[in-house]
Amino acid sequence: MIGRTAGRLGPVAAAVVALAVTLAASAVALVLGGYDPAAAYGALLRGAVGSPSQFLSISLVRATPLILTGLAVALAFRSGIWNIGAEGQLYAGAIAGAWVGIHGSGLPPAVVLPAVALAAGVAGCLWALIPTLLKVRMGVGEVITTLLMNFVGIHLAAYTVHGPMQEARGVFPQTDLIAEAARLPRLIPGTRLHAGFILALGLALLIWLVMRFSVYGFQVRAVGASPAAAAVAGRIRTRRVVVVTFLLSGALAGIGGGVEVSGVTYALYENFSPGYGYTAIAVALLAGLHPLGVVATGIFFGALEGGAGAMQREAGIPAVWVNVIEALVILAVLAVDRAVRRLQVGRKPDGDADSPEPARARGARTLSLEGT
Amino acid sequence: MDAATASAFLEASVRLGVPLALAALGEVVTERSGVINIGLEGSIIAGALGGALGALAWSSPLGGVGAGAMAGAAVAAVFALFAVVLNADQIIAGTAVTLGGLGATGAVYQGVFGATGTALTIPTLGSVPIPVLSSVPVVGPALFDQAVTAYLAYGLALVLWIFLFRTELGLELRAVGESPAAAEASSIRVRWTRFWATLFGGALGGVAGAHLALAYAGTFAQGMSAGRGFIAIAVVVLARWNPGGVLLAALFFGVASALQFFLQALGLDLPYQLFLALPYVLTLAALAGWLGRSRAPSALALPWPPH
Repeated sequence: MIGRTAGRLGPVAAAVVALAVTLAASAVALVLGGYDPAAAYGALLRGAVGSPSQFLSISLVRATPLILTGLAVALAFRSGIWNIGAEGQLYAGAIAGAWVGIHGSGLPPAVVLPAVALAAGVAGCLWALIPTLLKVRMGVGEVITTLLMNFVGIHLAAYTVHGPMQEARGVFPQTDLIAEAARLPRLIPGTRLHAGFILALGLALLIWLVMRFSVYGFQVRAVGASPAAAAVAGRIRTRRVVVVTFLLSGALAGIGGGVEVSGVTYALYENFSPGYGYTAIAVALLAGLHPLGVVATGIFFGALEGGAGAMQREAGIPAVWVNVIEALVILAVLAVDRAVRRLQVGRKPDGDADSPEPARARGARTLSLEGT
Repeated sequence: MDAATASAFLEASVRLGVPLALAALGEVVTERSGVINIGLEGSIIAGALGGALGALAWSSPLGGVGAGAMAGAAVAAVFALFAVVLNADQIIAGTAVTLGGLGATGAVYQGVFGATGTALTIPTLGSVPIPVLSSVPVVGPALFDQAVTAYLAYGLALVLWIFLFRTELGLELRAVGESPAAAEASSIRVRWTRFWATLFGGALGGVAGAHLALAYAGTFAQGMSAGRGFIAIAVVVLARWNPGGVLLAALFFGVASALQFFLQALGLDLPYQLFLALPYVLTLAALAGWLGRSRAPSALALPWPPH
C-alpha cells in the first residue's frame, strides 16, 4: 500500500517525504546526542523566520547565492553535465566582480552594477570553459576536472587578496571595499536584503521559461535524458548543447559570486564562501532540478543556515549540525528516489524507460567519467 | 638552501604527503572496483576525530589509529549503503557524506569538549627512526624518521600493487571496475566486491585522518581534513590509479604545501598560493593526457546493475 502511494509521488511530494525523513532522522540523532530536538528546531525556526527583519536580513540574504549556484547545478545536472565546480566558478565570479567593483568608482551605478554582474558571469563562464573543453575535446569527464578547478579557484582568490588585489593598507588578506556605485541597493530600508535576491528570482523565472518553452530547453532535456537518442532520433547537436549549457551553468555560479561581493561583503577575502557551491547540490536535488523549485529550496537552505546561529546560542546545538541536516536531505532524496524507482520497476518491467526525466531529476541518472 | 634546510623541507613534505598517500592508496582500491568515493573527506575527518578519541580512551596512539580506521570505514559504509547497495548516484552520495561527515564530527567534538573547543591534548604518534636508513644524509631523516603511519604507507604501496596486479583477487577487483558485466558473467560478485573495496578505502582514509590528529597536529580541530579527501582523489588521478605512483604523486602535493611554510620562513616573497594551486593544474594536465596516457577504470562511477 505504501508502495502504491510512493510509486505515484510527484516531485513536490517526493521533496516533502525526503524532508520529513530528514527531520525525523536528525531528531533521532539529536536525542541520541542528549539534545532536545523540539528546542533545537524551535530555536532554528525563530532564528530563521522569527521576525520579518531576521527572515529578510539573514535567511533571504543567505539564500541568494544558494539560489544562483543552485540554478547553476540544476541546469547542468538537467542536461547530464555533472558540474560540481560551482564553488570554483563562484570564486572566479567573485574575483572578477570585486575587480570591476573596486575600479568602478566615478561611474554611475547604472553602468557599474551591470558591469559587475557581467564580469562575474563571464569569469564563471571561463572557469567552466576548461572542464567543458576537456569534456568535449578530450573526453575527460567533468566530475574530477570541475572538482580540481574548485581548488584552483580558491587558491587563486587567496593569491589575489594576498597579492595583486590586496587592500591599499596591505594589512589584511582582503581587497579594498568596492565603490559605492558597485553596491547593490537595499530592497527594504533597515534590512540587509539587496537587489541580488530579485536578480536571482528573475534568473530562475527566465531559466524556467527557457527550459519549458524554448527549443534550447527541449534540447537540454533531451540530451540529459539520453545523449545518444537526442543525437540520433532528435538530430540534436549534442556537443553544442553540452557546451552552451556547461558555460551557462558556470556563468550562473559566477554571477552568484559577483552578487555576493556586490550585495553583502563589498570586498573579496580568503575563504569567502562557506561552501555555497557544494550546498548548491543539495539545493538543486531537493528541488528536483526545477528552476522554480530551486528558489524554494534555496530559501529553505538559506533559512536553515541563517537559523543555525540561533540554534547554537539558544539550544546549545553546534551550528555545524546544519551541515548534517543538509547531508541527510541529499541522502533522503536519493533514498526516496531509489524506493520510488524500485517500486515502479516492480510494477512494470519498463518502469525506468517510462519516465526518463523525473528519474534524472531525482539525481539517479548514470554517470560516465568519459565525456560525451 | 643548505643540507639541514633541505632535509627539513623534505621531511615536512613527507609529513604532509603521508595522509594524502594513505587516503589515496585506499581510494585507488575503491576506484579500481568502479566506485569513486567523493565522501573520502568525510572518512578522513571521522578518522581524525576517532583517532583522537580512541587515543584518549585507550591512552595509546596506536589504539587511536585503529579507532580512526574504524571511524573511516563506518563513514564509508554509509556511502556504500547508498552508492553500492541502493545503487544511487556515487557523486551525489559522496557529496552528502562529505558534508555530513564534516558536520557530524564538528557536532560530536563540540558536544564532547564544549563549544569553546579547549585545545585537546592527546597521546601522539612520535617519530620512529629506522636504524641505518635514517642516518643517510638529507633523505634519511626525511623518509625514515617518521611516524609508523608513514611506514604503513610505504609498505601498503607495495602490498597493494602486488595485490592489484599479481593476485587473482586483485584481477577480479579490477575486472569489476573495468567491465562489471564480464565480471558478473565469470561469477564474480560485483556489488560485494565494490562494497568491500569502498570500506577498505574508507578505513585507510580514517588512518589518514588519525595520522593528521596524532602525528601531525597533535590535536583535533573542526574541519582539519581541509579538503585532503579531494586532494587524495587528485593524487589517484596523477598516480594513474597505480599504488606505486601514489607515493610519488602524494609527495608532490606534499612538496607544494611544504613550500608555503618554507618560502615564508626563508623570507622569500613568492606567491605560495600559486604553488598550492600548481598540483591541481598538473593533475588537470595529466587528465588531458599531456603527461602521458592516463585512463580511469572504464566502469568508474557507473552504477551496477545499470539503471
